[in-house]
Amino acid sequence: MKPVIQVEHLSKAYQIGQFGTGTISRDLERFWMTKVLGKADPFLKIGETNDRTRKGNSDIVWSLKDINFEINQGEAVGIIGKNGAGKSTLLKLLSRVTGPTTGEIKVKGRIASLLEVGTGFHPELTGRENIYLNGAILGMRKKEITRKLDEIIDFSGVERYIDTPVKRYSSGMYVRLAFAVAAHLESEILIVDEVLAVGDAEFQKKCLGKMGDISKGQGRTVLFVSHNMAAVQSLCSKGIVLENGSISYNGAVEGAVAYYLKASNDNAHRVWPHQDGPQTDFLRLLEVKVLDVHNEIALNHLISNEVRIEFTYEITKEGALFTHGLNLFNNHNIHIFSSHDKDSETLLKPSVKGIYTRTIRIPGNLLADGGYTCSFAIMRYEPFQVELHEMEIVGFTIIDELDSTDIRGKYTGRIPGVVRPLLEWQ
Amino acid sequence: MKNQHQSQDWDLIIKGHTSLFDIKFKDLWHYRDLLFLFVKRDFVSFYKQTILGPLWFFIQPIFTTIVFSLVFGKLAGISTDGLPQFLFYLSGITAWNYFADCLTKTSTVFKDNANIFGKVYFPRLIIPLSIVVSNLVRFGVQLLLFFGVMVYFSLNGAAFEMTYAVFFFPVLILMMALLGLGAGLIITAITTKYKDLSFLITFGVQLLMYGTTVIYPLSAAPESFKKYIELNPMTGIIEAFRYAFLGKGEFTVWSIGYSAVFTLVVLFLGIIIFNKTEKNFVDTI
Repeated sequence: MKPVIQVEHLSKAYQIGQFGTGTISRDLERFWMTKVLGKADPFLKIGETNDRTRKGNSDIVWSLKDINFEINQGEAVGIIGKNGAGKSTLLKLLSRVTGPTTGEIKVKGRIASLLEVGTGFHPELTGRENIYLNGAILGMRKKEITRKLDEIIDFSGVERYIDTPVKRYSSGMYVRLAFAVAAHLESEILIVDEVLAVGDAEFQKKCLGKMGDISKGQGRTVLFVSHNMAAVQSLCSKGIVLENGSISYNGAVEGAVAYYLKASNDNAHRVWPHQDGPQTDFLRLLEVKVLDVHNEIALNHLISNEVRIEFTYEITKEGALFTHGLNLFNNHNIHIFSSHDKDSETLLKPSVKGIYTRTIRIPGNLLADGGYTCSFAIMRYEPFQVELHEMEIVGFTIIDELDSTDIRGKYTGRIPGVVRPLLEWQ
Repeated sequence: MKNQHQSQDWDLIIKGHTSLFDIKFKDLWHYRDLLFLFVKRDFVSFYKQTILGPLWFFIQPIFTTIVFSLVFGKLAGISTDGLPQFLFYLSGITAWNYFADCLTKTSTVFKDNANIFGKVYFPRLIIPLSIVVSNLVRFGVQLLLFFGVMVYFSLNGAAFEMTYAVFFFPVLILMMALLGLGAGLIITAITTKYKDLSFLITFGVQLLMYGTTVIYPLSAAPESFKKYIELNPMTGIIEAFRYAFLGKGEFTVWSIGYSAVFTLVVLFLGIIIFNKTEKNFVDTI
């Protein structure tokens, strides 16, 4: 098999912080050093990794560092990694939206990228006119589009409204039309980023099917970026895991998904060994753990399993009456619930010095799949006062497997909604 | 294995540093359909949901001409070189507007299209070129108005005449377009980093109009100012335009040659700076 994409020593640096004051003098200095004197760029410090939790010394951040890989013709490759790992940057470089800082990418064939479907759609233009405009933006010639017009309209399922301005479309119709254009591009390489997060379940299935056809049936190469591990696993044969701007795994997709799920466990455990945890005048946090049903620290939990969050703290002053609380947020920062520990003994008996543990159990078949973060609170009731509220204290991920039957039954598409409780139908 | 890859012919090599002169004309040609679709989009979106529709193309020059005739012609009494005031101002405004529209619209290309540029690659020059073509169509329509007014005045016995310079008219159009394009490209590239310039451009273009022979003939300018007004490359073009259609104006090989050289230099610089900026501007805007 021949490689169609070859990436060599690819790096991308971003400047963070303020642009503005001093940039002219700095630009002149940079120009003088690099172009006239031929020295290295004084504002790029090599050797720093892209880790958002650690503060670097320079205001240059390496979003990608020395990436090397090859993709062969006809392969479907999933690119996975946490937010900020460099996935989007890699896609942007591949789709030529921005240029690399160093290194190079060699490509054989045409690349089409669906970084976001519907780019360039104009609300005043009709569906048909937008097909032409969007197709041309994606690199199609006019006659190519004309040839495929019927197929595109047919796939989108909006033929009734094809001569209506798209501003009158529902958001679902809009996305269908946009995806239809992109899916019919005659390109050898297709880059797809999270398009599956839109549209209704039936259409999602159609898209997944179409992408499967593209990679398996037509021998085209697909690069697929998604947080949906189930979709990655069903579509892709290979997986690349990015971590802090470097490749940490490159191989079969099963291995990549397993590696990714394991590697991101550190979010599920926080410990403050040097008595520097969040504190009030009578209490100090020592450790927070997200536990699975076997009481082991785990980031990823199957949707049907209970999630336990265990807080360990030290009482530093006697005599306080208080209780615990927890707020849960999903990845889109939607506040899912707030829970008060209303029956806690600490509300009745004044505190005694020592180390205590309290656990909250979130039942299985309640949350939807996706990432969550929680905050921890210490409150007094009479009068009501929040003594401590620590945001994003730990996080975990709920995983829905397409073959789980508890809630899904035989349905394998996407299920929308912020929660996914198992409910009874009569 | 490695050698075999190196001998393979790649269709595209994406690199960080490329030569200043690496302008992808081949890509530009491939995307020519997109250029015309953008032009079409501009027109359709311009007069959809307006009552007067394409009539708007006429309203702006007519009203500006009326106001100029009243203010500069009647109140200030500035000479129009013996030409009917309405015709004099309309000729200046029509030509100036084409240049000014090309310049101001091109100067915000990166800002206006940041969203689409951030998602899809196509040769970025397509957008400025489509602006020039869109405005050319507009200019063509406004030119019809100008010709209509010319016919009206000539039937009423006004004293003006077309000259041989009319044959240079296509060159004049090209110069106005390319000068506006080139200057706009430079400005849009610089504004991605230094936003100040975008404030300057809106009133700068307006002020520049007073430094061009739009509301007065070059012959009426005081000697001490004249050399500065002549330094403005648009002066030569507008004077030539008037000379071609109305027979009044200073049209020499030197004045038009100066404008042509100026245009080419600005265009060349513009394309190079734009091309350099387009690669990474997504990171800074």
